[in-house]
Amino acid sequence: MRINEHPILEFPKKQKIFFMFEGQRLFGYEGDTIASALHALGVKTLSYSIKENRPRGFYCAIGNCASCNMIVNGIPNVKTCITFLKENMTVERQNNKGVIK
Amino acid sequence: MLNTNGVPTLNQVLSRFPDKKALIHPKAILECYEDIPCNPCETSCPFNAIIIGENINTQPKLDVSLCTGCGICVTSCPGLAIIVAQLVGDKAVFKIPYELLPLPKKGDIWHGVNRNGDVICDAKIESILANKKQDHTALITVSVPSLWIHEFVTIREKNE
Amino acid sequence: MISKDLIIIGGGPSGLCAAKTALESGLSVLIIERNPNIGGQLVKQTHKFFGSKEQYAKTRGFDIAKKLISDLEGFSNLEILAETSVVGLYRDRVVTVLHQDKYLRYQAKSIIVATGASEKFLAFENNDLPGIYGAGAIQTLMNNFGVLPGSDVVMIGSGNIGLIVSYQLIQAGVNVKAILEAAPKIGGYKVHASKVARLGVPILTSTTVKKAFGDTELKAIEIVSLDEKWQQIPDTSRKMEIDTLCISVGLSPMHQLLSMIGAKTKYVSELGGFVPVIDENHQTTVQSVFVCGDAVGIEEASSAMMEGYLTGIYISIHLNTAHPKADDLIKYYKEQLNMLRNGPFGIKTKIGLNKLKEGMQDA
Repeated sequence: MRINEHPILEFPKKQKIFFMFEGQRLFGYEGDTIASALHALGVKTLSYSIKENRPRGFYCAIGNCASCNMIVNGIPNVKTCITFLKENMTVERQNNKGVIK
Repeated sequence: MLNTNGVPTLNQVLSRFPDKKALIHPKAILECYEDIPCNPCETSCPFNAIIIGENINTQPKLDVSLCTGCGICVTSCPGLAIIVAQLVGDKAVFKIPYELLPLPKKGDIWHGVNRNGDVICDAKIESILANKKQDHTALITVSVPSLWIHEFVTIREKNE
Repeated sequence: MISKDLIIIGGGPSGLCAAKTALESGLSVLIIERNPNIGGQLVKQTHKFFGSKEQYAKTRGFDIAKKLISDLEGFSNLEILAETSVVGLYRDRVVTVLHQDKYLRYQAKSIIVATGASEKFLAFENNDLPGIYGAGAIQTLMNNFGVLPGSDVVMIGSGNIGLIVSYQLIQAGVNVKAILEAAPKIGGYKVHASKVARLGVPILTSTTVKKAFGDTELKAIEIVSLDEKWQQIPDTSRKMEIDTLCISVGLSPMHQLLSMIGAKTKYVSELGGFVPVIDENHQTTVQSVFVCGDAVGIEEASSAMMEGYLTGIYISIHLNTAHPKADDLIKYYKEQLNMLRNGPFGIKTKIGLNKLKEGMQDA
């Protein structure tokens, strides 16, 4: 869910950016990080923990905690909270330490 | 209690109000009850009616005789801790800072709210000022029944 | 290998201010910033700042960031690398970075680590559920990206960040059901607390979260009252249905890069945890490596800025190209810092800084 009106800030409409997530074609906006785009679409679970397979979302959103690691364009352990969303990215949930395919 | 729920006691509030005679004219009520490093109220007042001094941790004091109730300090205070109050007949007229959406419109009747967040009365919106200098802090003039002079602090939209 | 007089790691308020005084002294400066945007945490601060005119009081945080960045315009000796992570720091002041998949190496005459702080976490059952975020994360989501974190929030922590972010949540149209504070008193400025109290947000002191519920996402929490020994009082649990839990329980200085070069640290709880040991010029125990801002002690942005200006000047002296107004400015900024630390909220910091000074004597 996105903020339309805000008493202090302005959120002008920006260019849509399409990307693939778990087989679905979704979109975010220019300026989004992968994590913010997913959160706006209601996707809160970004990956699963390695041993217990527990759902994980982001926590710090500035690149410190690595809770938001996902596989982006085949590359694992990408900190999606500080990575800009780019056109045609393929984003997948990760549930291991990261395997380079 | 201020320290446990952010709500000052009646005595604390009264200590910032001048007596009712002085409130014939609008006066700023500086509800800064804690020493913190901050002085934009002092530097913004065009009448030098607010005194903090060299140690900016000092709580501001109002020179009631110099205050015109213009409201510039109201929208300058980063803590939104200042309102302007005035007694006009059977009404208490306030100028309050407001930073939420939607903004009320002139003539609207909204809830009048006390420092605890409770609705206490109806509040009539008299005017809204939102110029660039205020930097997104609107200055809203509101009137409520005068008996709420020491209780009223802000407005809340009525949910129909 | 690219040479620079000064490499500043961290483009937040402290780093930006250090860059200004260093550039004014004629030094070549490189600012390295991990995030895509420069400005640090200021960029998402929508509230008006405190302090005095010098610290841009009454100016909204994101406008202060713009001001600090525009102060650096016109200096030809400045390079800024954003979306760039430092991957290696070496005692001979070599800095290696990853910049958009490119590996770059720099040789610096001096380095400032101005990497700020990271949010602390809280241990309770199911604290890893999606829907549980740091307060800073919620601010980032709302104010940087215009994304709502959820619809019903409980905030844990009544320090300034907890109180301010609660207010910002309300501004964004989110329902804040309560602010929980484990201590018996509110931690932040009372004006911030009053702001949310009048908006109907209950602040519950001596209360904390015991457990979170939800299978894939947060659905509810169980809260409990604490006694004076911070122990849970039996039979005081109650459940609250929320979809977002915001944790604001303090910040930790983020100076871990300095472990790569063996800089000495000391545990000073008043400053937020382990901090690098520094001398009165903000130099660590490693020659020509300096630290300023939250990375050397948790305070406010206002102090981070003053420390930044000072550290830039100290480095100019250290590199024998003293700032033309060094003496006057050092005196001025030190006075500003003293003034900021002069109230009751500065007592803790002053105690911490004294403890840190003793650390340098032991080093």
